[in-house]
Amino acid sequence: MEKFFFLMFAITALCSGLAVVTLRNPVHSAVSLMLCLVQVAALFVLLRSPFVAVAQVFIYVGAVMVLFLFVVLILDIKKAAIETFPPVKRRFVGGVIAVLGIELLAFIFASPFGTAPADAAETTTESIGKLLFTKYLFPFEVVSIILLAALVAAVIMAKERQR
Amino acid sequence: MFFSAADIFAVLPEMVISGMACLLLLVDLAVPQRKKGLVALLSVISVLAAAFLTFSLTGVDTKAFSGTFVLDDYSAFFKLIFYIVTVFTIFISLRYLKTEEINMGEYYVLMLFSLSGMMVMASGGDLLTIYLGLELTALPIYALVGFLQHDRKSNEAAMKYVILGAFSSAILLYGISLIYGTAGTTDLAAIAEAIRSGKAGGTLFVVGIIMLVAGFGFKIAGFPFHMWAPDAYEGAPTPITAFMSAGPKAAAFAAIMRVFLEALYPAYGSWELAIAAVAVGSMVVGNITAIMQTSLKRMLAYSSIGHAGYALLGVVAGTEEGIAGVMFYMLVYTFMNLGIFAMIIMMRRDGANGDQISHWAGFAKSNKVAALVMLVFLFSLAGIPPTAGFMAKFYVFMALIHKGMIGLAVVAALMSAVAAYFYIRVVMLMYMREPEKEFSLVRSWGIYCVLAVALAAVVVLGIYPDYFVSLANRAAFSL
Repeated sequence: MEKFFFLMFAITALCSGLAVVTLRNPVHSAVSLMLCLVQVAALFVLLRSPFVAVAQVFIYVGAVMVLFLFVVLILDIKKAAIETFPPVKRRFVGGVIAVLGIELLAFIFASPFGTAPADAAETTTESIGKLLFTKYLFPFEVVSIILLAALVAAVIMAKERQR
Repeated sequence: MFFSAADIFAVLPEMVISGMACLLLLVDLAVPQRKKGLVALLSVISVLAAAFLTFSLTGVDTKAFSGTFVLDDYSAFFKLIFYIVTVFTIFISLRYLKTEEINMGEYYVLMLFSLSGMMVMASGGDLLTIYLGLELTALPIYALVGFLQHDRKSNEAAMKYVILGAFSSAILLYGISLIYGTAGTTDLAAIAEAIRSGKAGGTLFVVGIIMLVAGFGFKIAGFPFHMWAPDAYEGAPTPITAFMSAGPKAAAFAAIMRVFLEALYPAYGSWELAIAAVAVGSMVVGNITAIMQTSLKRMLAYSSIGHAGYALLGVVAGTEEGIAGVMFYMLVYTFMNLGIFAMIIMMRRDGANGDQISHWAGFAKSNKVAALVMLVFLFSLAGIPPTAGFMAKFYVFMALIHKGMIGLAVVAALMSAVAAYFYIRVVMLMYMREPEKEFSLVRSWGIYCVLAVALAAVVVLGIYPDYFVSLANRAAFSL
C-alpha cells in the first residue's frame, strides 16, 4: 500500500517537475512547481515526518510560490514567455546543470546519511514543539526578537518620509 | 522545569536591551520630531544599565538554557566592547541626524536591536544561537545602512549588503547543517566531544568547516569575501559605517573564536590553513587596494579588511595568548576606528564633508588641535608606537611567534609597512598642503566627548596596555 502511494506521489512529482521546465507560460510553470512541492510534502508524510511536510507546504507552497506568482504577474508575461536562452548560453547552462546534477547524485551515494535513517519519533510535531519550549527556549525567544526587528526595519525602509 | 531563575538572571542584560528597544518604539510615538534626542538619551541609559548588569555578572562561568547560552568573562569582555561602540555611535549620531534630516527615533531602536544580537552572538553556546545572533545583528543594520532614503548611494549600499548578507547566511547555515549532520549536535562543547571521540570527521565534516570559514569570512569582510564592504561602508550614513565596522566585526570575532577554538579546536589541522589563507589574503588585498582610494570612507573600508586579517592571525595561532590578543585588538580597533569616524563626521556641515581624502588638504593650518587628534588616530591605525594600534598588533604577532609561525608574522609586519603609506598620506595632506577653502567644523558636545575618550584610550592603551591585556588574558576561555 505504502509503495503504491510512494509511486503515485513520486511519479506526479517527477511529471510536474518536468512540466516546470518544459511549459512555456511562466504561470503554468509556477503552478506546476507548486504541484511538485505538494507531492514532495506528501512524500515527507510517508517518511513519518508530518512536521517537515507541513513546513514544506507553509513555506514553499504558501510563501515562496505566492511570491513567485506575484512577480510573474507583475512582470510582462508575454514578453518573458517568448524570450529563450540563445543556443550558446543554453549549452553552457545545460552543462552547469548536468555537472551539478552529477555532483548531487555522487554526494547522495557517498554520504553516510543514507544508511542511518533518522529516528522517526524525534520528528513528530509534538517532540519538536517540546524541544522548542525546553532545550531551545532561548533561540526560540531570539527568533521572536529577530522577527520584530525585521518588521521595524522593513517599515522604516518602505515608509515615505516627508522632508 | 527546564530553566530556572538563574537562567533568567544570566540573560538579564540582553533582556534589558531588547526590552528597552521595544519600549522605546512606543515612547518614540509620543516624542515630537524636534526632541528625538530624548530617545537617544534613553537608549544610552539602557545601555549603561545593561553594562552595570554585565559587570555584576562577571566572574561566573556558567551555561544557561541547556547550554544554548554561555555566561563567562569572555562574553562579558566582548559585551563591554559592544556597549562602547553603541554609546559612541549614539553620541556621534546626534548632530549628524539633524544635518541629514533623518532625525528619527527608530534609528536608535534599530541600533539597540542590533546590540542585543551582538550580545547573543558573544554568548552563544550553540551554533543555532550564534546564527540567530548573527541575523539579529545584521537585520537592523541593513535598514540603518539604507537610512538615507533619498540618497542613491545609501540605497545601493543597503541593497548590496542585504543580498550578500543573505547569501553569506545561507552558506553559513549550509555549513552548520553539514556539521550537524555529521556530528549529530549543534552544541559547541558536544561537537568538540564528537570530534575527540572520532564520531565527527570525514569529507562532509570538513566541507562543513570550510563553509563556516566562508560564512564568517563574509561577516568580518575578509578576503575573498570582502566585496560588499567598500560599497556598504561608503554608502551608509557615516555613524553607521563606524558602528558596523567596529561592533558586528567584534561580534563575529567573538563567535569565530568560540566556534573554531572551542567546538572545532580538536580539528585544528583541518581549518588552520583555510583561516590563515583568509588572513593573509585580507592583509594583502585590503592594504594594497587601500592605497588607490580617493574616498576616505572607502580607504577605511579597505583598511578594516586589512585589520580583520591581522586579527584573524590571533585565531590562526590557536593559543590562549592568541585569543587574548584578538580580544585586545578588537578593543583597540573600536576606539581608533570610532575616533576617526567621529573626525569625519565633524567635517560634515551644510554640504561640506570629509568623505574625500582631498578634502583634508591643509586641515592643520587652521585647526591645529583637531589635526593633531586626527594624526594620533591615523598613527594608531597604522600601528606606530606609542599608540594603542601598535600594542594591539604586537600582542597578536607575539602569539604567532610563540606558536612558531614566523613566516605569517613576517608577512603581517610587511603589510603593516604598506598600510603606513596610505594612513600617513592623509597626515601629509593635512600638514604639507595649502588649504583650498575654509574649514568649518561641526560643534557638538557628543562628538567632543567621543573624541576625548577615544583619544585618551588610544594613548593610554598604547603606553600602559598591561591592565587591559591582563583583563583579556583572564577573560579568554581556556583551550
